[in-house]
Amino acid sequence: MTWLDTLRNTNRSRFAELGFPKTGQEAWRFTNLGALAGTPFQPAPPAFAKVAIETLPSVTPSHRLVFVNGFFCANVSASDILPEGVIAGGLAATLNQHPALIEAHLGKLAHDTNHAPQALNTAHIADGAVLYVPKGVRVARPIELVWIGTGANEPLSWHPRLLVVLEPGSEATLIEHHLSLDDGAATFANGVSELAVGAHARLHHYKVQRERNSAFHLSTVAGRLEQGAYYEGFLLTLGAKLSRNEIKLVLAGPGAEAKLSGAYLVRGQQLCDTTTLIDHATAHGSSQQLFKGVIDGAAQGVFQGKILVRPDAQKTNAHQLSRALLLSDDARIDAKPELEIHADDVKCSHGATTGDLDDDAMFYLRARGIDQDSARSLLIDAYVNEVIAEITFEPVREAFEALASAWRYAG
Amino acid sequence: MSPAPNTSDTLDQVKNITDQKYKYGFVTEIESDTAPKGLTEDTIRFISAKKNEPQWLLDWRLKAFRHWLTMKEPKWARVAYPPIDYQDAHYYSAPKSTPLKKSLDEVDPELLRTYEKLGIPIKEQELLAGVEPTIAVDAVFDSVSVATTFKAKLHEKGIIFCPISEAVQTHPELVKQYLGSVVPYSDNYFATLNSAVFTDGSFVYIPKGVRCPMELSTYFRINAANTGQFERTLIIADAGSYVSYLEGCTAPKRDENQLHAAVVELVAHDDAQIKYSTVQNWYPGDEHGVGGIYNFVTKRGACRGVNSKISWTQVETGSAITWKYPSCILQGDNSVGEFYSVAITNNYQQADTGTKMIHIGRNTRSTIVAKGISAGRAQSTYRGLVKIMPKAIGARNHTQCDSLLIGDKCGAHTVPYIESRNKSAKIEHEATTAKISEEQLFYCRQRGLTPEDAVSLIVNGFCREVLKELPMEFAVEAQKLVGISLEGSVG
Repeated sequence: MTWLDTLRNTNRSRFAELGFPKTGQEAWRFTNLGALAGTPFQPAPPAFAKVAIETLPSVTPSHRLVFVNGFFCANVSASDILPEGVIAGGLAATLNQHPALIEAHLGKLAHDTNHAPQALNTAHIADGAVLYVPKGVRVARPIELVWIGTGANEPLSWHPRLLVVLEPGSEATLIEHHLSLDDGAATFANGVSELAVGAHARLHHYKVQRERNSAFHLSTVAGRLEQGAYYEGFLLTLGAKLSRNEIKLVLAGPGAEAKLSGAYLVRGQQLCDTTTLIDHATAHGSSQQLFKGVIDGAAQGVFQGKILVRPDAQKTNAHQLSRALLLSDDARIDAKPELEIHADDVKCSHGATTGDLDDDAMFYLRARGIDQDSARSLLIDAYVNEVIAEITFEPVREAFEALASAWRYAG
Repeated sequence: MSPAPNTSDTLDQVKNITDQKYKYGFVTEIESDTAPKGLTEDTIRFISAKKNEPQWLLDWRLKAFRHWLTMKEPKWARVAYPPIDYQDAHYYSAPKSTPLKKSLDEVDPELLRTYEKLGIPIKEQELLAGVEPTIAVDAVFDSVSVATTFKAKLHEKGIIFCPISEAVQTHPELVKQYLGSVVPYSDNYFATLNSAVFTDGSFVYIPKGVRCPMELSTYFRINAANTGQFERTLIIADAGSYVSYLEGCTAPKRDENQLHAAVVELVAHDDAQIKYSTVQNWYPGDEHGVGGIYNFVTKRGACRGVNSKISWTQVETGSAITWKYPSCILQGDNSVGEFYSVAITNNYQQADTGTKMIHIGRNTRSTIVAKGISAGRAQSTYRGLVKIMPKAIGARNHTQCDSLLIGDKCGAHTVPYIESRNKSAKIEHEATTAKISEEQLFYCRQRGLTPEDAVSLIVNGFCREVLKELPMEFAVEAQKLVGISLEGSVG
């Protein structure tokens, strides 16, 4: 398809100009991609893998789409009968069946020409996932996207694309699992997601990333909420050597609401970067963000969160809180919450805290005869579960709590 | 029920006020001795010769200048201005009649009148007999210090308070030891430029165990056209000493922009305390954004000793552009850094200001309270860094940044950087942005306050946490300034 070739080619040359971001660039000052840029990744060929379903925090009944190294595997996917007009499938296949739909939406939201990883993804668009929900349709069962990376003898990279289009008044729940199978050389998953949420549509979007500790995971999300639209996002990060979730949401229509939260639990040499931009473009929007990190070993947490309120976005309510718990002497956190406000009749705030567990809470538990280790476990669980409680969809909330708890015992 | 005050009415009122507000905009007609325009090594040699400086200082200046030539002007701040032609300015301007003066009686009466007009007490005899003086002033006019009061009285205690150019002559060993020890000559573009061409500023040394008996104050005045002002202030508080230092600044109204690039270095040894307060009221430009001072300032304090403390308080109401980050390097164990700031921007003013707190020693503590108020088409940014180094066990920081927006054409931004390398460190950062609420205004109006008084009351309340940190002498002036800058600007 010529339009797609043009899109790929433009981005290929753009990435050639940009190269991988360096720490000299403000948006990447805390996250060094040197090791990633220095690894000779080969594009992963289409692959098939046996998926150990039982290892997933699966939510049944659901529609499940499985991807191996970014390619859709229809044979292991289990997509039940979807409501009429709903499309949930692989990008390549959907491109053949509904070319006009894809052409109308692909690359329309993720169009920042200065974003190198995004340009790299667009340059390599081959497959990925599509979810299209027509006007007024509610997809009752959640749609699970299982992204699996396989091991290989040589470093492999893939660039999956996710396209979500919710027409006005529709509703869907999307759950993403990102995991790795066996050990092997380094992998590099460079995903880009475009989320178009129509007027008064509702999207619940939950993601857990637990790739193996030699993996690089970059994810760039560009979302747009129309009038009265609602977006609830949650990011649970446990895996990868280096991961970055970069989320940009534009509240384009009046009265749109975004709730974005997440927890990252890292140890060893892991680095987890969460970068958000909530762009309040029109009036009466509201956004809430809560991110919590638990950083152990010599791991590094990065949080960069920006709230932008444009001149016409009066009556905006925007709040953000970032908290980090450092559990070891070598752990580090770099946080840069940011407010850029151009409208006066707004209520905006951000907060950031870092530190160890609260001494008073510790004392309270110790005074009741609870030993040091159990008291610490209790407090860490409580700390993490507080943010997981933001998830309104109960099965996911329980699954994520279990994963977070398992992380702690694995340490 | 009386209607809520109307925005357009009150904006008109603020316009009226701003038209007359800058009462320091006059020019003093005085003959000056001025260096030719331009900046070359010869300019630097000229300044150095004028000041009769030793060779090491000239060498240091030249080293800075050569380094400056290799540097690029920083662009990361949220301020926009046309490129500065560094060759199109005078780097030295001094009132002609003031060679080294022996006593205040020898100061040019025209200068004395200027400071009288500004309300600065530089006549010692004004004091009533039997009343202890509370403030000593060093008055810097363009590139030179024209008067320093109560030097003799301070000398009794061993305190050195004099122009830095004089200190170079009388206490070269102290200047040599400390100059550039906190802000090295290669620090940043504007500090490096300052190192090359600085002309005057104050030098303060408080000996061991001495509590400075009065406030020390420097009053900076830019007068001549087309000159940049590059002052350098160096304050050293030896072990167990205490000093409170005030700084004020004004400039005439001119249509062209003038550059002010100062450097302030503070050193606090064991158990010493330095309190540094600024009321910055450089000419901000007119309501169309024409003229005003470009204020690019590097201020940094080093808490070298254990239990030392450095406290910055600033009220920033002037300047077309403010680029300023008074910082503390908390090296000594248990040392304390504080930063209290009110930044008020109106019309087309731009302020990018904040602080850096670098925690190196154990149990170091820092507090940041920043209040930003934007009106008109102004842009105000808080930019700060809190960095906890691995050895800063038990370090503690609390940061509170609040912004108040008045009118829908202005902006308020908050960009804090928080970097922690120590698990025992506790950092809390909080920031809010809002406008004055209708309810608050209505409440005040109901009780018979005029809209202007209501706004002034609310804004002063908003800034109270910071204003209360100012010494008495400045608190009154600052409160008035806050009122004048913003009265009636809210609907």
